[in-house]
Amino acid sequence: MLLYVLRRLLQLIPMLLGITLMAFVIIKLSPGDFLSEMRLNPLVSPETIERMRENFGLHQPLAVQYLRWLWNAVRLDFGYSFAFQVPVVWLIGSRLFNTVLLNVVGFAVAWALAIPIGIYAARRQYSLGDNALSFAAYVGISTPTFFSGLFLLFWAFKTGWLPIGGMTSVDFEFLPWWGKVLDIAHHMVIPVLVVGVFSIAGLMRQMRAALLEVLRQDYVRTARAKGLREPVVINKHAVRNAINPIITIFGFELGGLLGGSAILENVVGWPGLGKLLVDATLQKDLYVVMAALVFGSVMLVVGNLVADIMLAFADPRVRYD
Amino acid sequence: MAQATLRRGTGERAGAAPPQIRTPAQLAWRQLRKHPMALAGGAVLALLYLVVALAEFIAPYSLDFADRERFYHPPTVLRFWDAQGISLRPFVYLTTLEDPQLRTYRADPTRRYYLRFFVRGEPYRVFGLVPGSRHLVGVDPPGRLFLMGTDQSGRDQFSRIVYGSRVSMTIGILSAMITIPLGMIYGGVAGYYGGRVDNLMMRLAEIIMSFPGFYLLLTLAAVLPTSVGCTTHFYLITFILAFLGWAGFSRMIRGMVLSIKEREFVQAARAAGLDDFRVIVRHILPNTASQVIVVATLGIPGAILGESSLSFFGFGVREPCASWGNLLTAASNLPTLILSPWLLFPGLFIIAAVVAFNIFGDGLRDALDPRARTS
Repeated sequence: MLLYVLRRLLQLIPMLLGITLMAFVIIKLSPGDFLSEMRLNPLVSPETIERMRENFGLHQPLAVQYLRWLWNAVRLDFGYSFAFQVPVVWLIGSRLFNTVLLNVVGFAVAWALAIPIGIYAARRQYSLGDNALSFAAYVGISTPTFFSGLFLLFWAFKTGWLPIGGMTSVDFEFLPWWGKVLDIAHHMVIPVLVVGVFSIAGLMRQMRAALLEVLRQDYVRTARAKGLREPVVINKHAVRNAINPIITIFGFELGGLLGGSAILENVVGWPGLGKLLVDATLQKDLYVVMAALVFGSVMLVVGNLVADIMLAFADPRVRYD
Repeated sequence: MAQATLRRGTGERAGAAPPQIRTPAQLAWRQLRKHPMALAGGAVLALLYLVVALAEFIAPYSLDFADRERFYHPPTVLRFWDAQGISLRPFVYLTTLEDPQLRTYRADPTRRYYLRFFVRGEPYRVFGLVPGSRHLVGVDPPGRLFLMGTDQSGRDQFSRIVYGSRVSMTIGILSAMITIPLGMIYGGVAGYYGGRVDNLMMRLAEIIMSFPGFYLLLTLAAVLPTSVGCTTHFYLITFILAFLGWAGFSRMIRGMVLSIKEREFVQAARAAGLDDFRVIVRHILPNTASQVIVVATLGIPGAILGESSLSFFGFGVREPCASWGNLLTAASNLPTLILSPWLLFPGLFIIAAVVAFNIFGDGLRDALDPRARTS
């Protein structure tokens, strides 16, 4: 087991090399960089731009620049942001919390609802309730998050019940601590709803399919024949076995934690990592993009790894060696 | 052949129906017919592709038609009655801008403009060849028929959605046309040779699968040259979507090839002296066909969503080309959206197309899976 985890972590190294090299080359090959936009600004003198070029090492050949970046990155120094003039690590650190907060709450809501709904749908297969839920799930997985986000913002404006966009109100700084918590919670309703509906739909479908598969098995019939009560059959015999594929999905979602809400964050103005990345890509803020890609990939691999380990605990039949 | 004989055999034992040989395709179709949701999904898809093929005819106006005096015009109201009485043929009124700030329009009820079918309008060429000027619906100028309102420069949104379907509905199929052959060959070779070749090839595929999808999509799309035309840009986007999609698919094929290559007919083919390439392409890969069809059907909506998200942010298909995603960009400004909620219409088309693909794909999977068949 330990060996397996180690091997998986070792695989991360060539992967990160591949992805960072690719991102670096692509961004460098594209026409223009962050400074070329600055050059158009009459308030910035050519000397300043030349000094910035020097500081960021932009005058060196591509290979040297990449190796320098890599050497620094290994020591967890991801360089400076062109646009914000602060270390990238600071920038990402502050945004990371917001993204993780949004997604963790969204997942918690989704999991708490999706599993019971999935069980309900599987137990009443092809009933009116099941068909309605299945169709709703199809719509849920098919709605782009930017569309549902826009729609909810529109609705929030019309009803005036919820704040439209952002993470905090204008008077946030002056609120007592419980006021701050409430304020953020109020702003989170729309993004959590969007993230939640999207994953509820996917999870519920998986849970329903997995449970239906298990309910056809002989041991479920045996359990019923033994005269066990239905809740015991479902909860102790069937659900326990149907949960495995769901655990795999959990890891996958954990991995997608950083990337999953990127689109939504931009639509509702949530100051998270996804918004940072889109802004950085637009401004060709090279080091921010690179760091966001690295964080995203590491998260994905670690998420999948955690899922595999959890699966080994939940299901004694699963063996890694 | 062996499968068909087997099925006939069980049929005879049951003694109910006269022995009848059905091809796998017939069996699948028989199964699919019992699935009303899947059929409805298929019908929606057929309708959407009809729109793709006949866009010039169905759209009341051309792609670049702009009525500068009627920007952010709300959807035209189809009326059946007014002060002059009831009309069975719907009609519209001509409108003029009343308040440019609030974008309100006033209708002029003195003259009715009747809705007509097969009206003469702007000339076009079907498939770039057949000239024509008839449009499915329209009203006589100077009346205007904006079924889903207009955008900031007075372009008819319904027409642009119809033309946009060409981009949005084909991008998934085009990217599948790259992904599928590539993934099949790659997965086929890895699974067939096994051992170190397999190990190396799958590690490479895993690297691509581990890329954080949307981030990479964004980075790649953002650095595409802006100078190229929007059609070239569309092909580049397709390429990027395919580049990210083939790895997961090849992994699935490899898993199937691993079990298929142990079967007798593969050994027979090898004993007959066929070279490896022929064994893989002619004998092994055809056996993965049904799963490939299903995965392709379920993979296309992913590409549609990917394209629309990219275009929404302005990294995908650009103006003056229209796609459902880039039409929605107009709605991303909240003050604009609040005054002109009809700008959300393209999103409904995205949802309809993706739901249809998903439902149809799931139905197809049940139909092609012999285990899920109900006689």
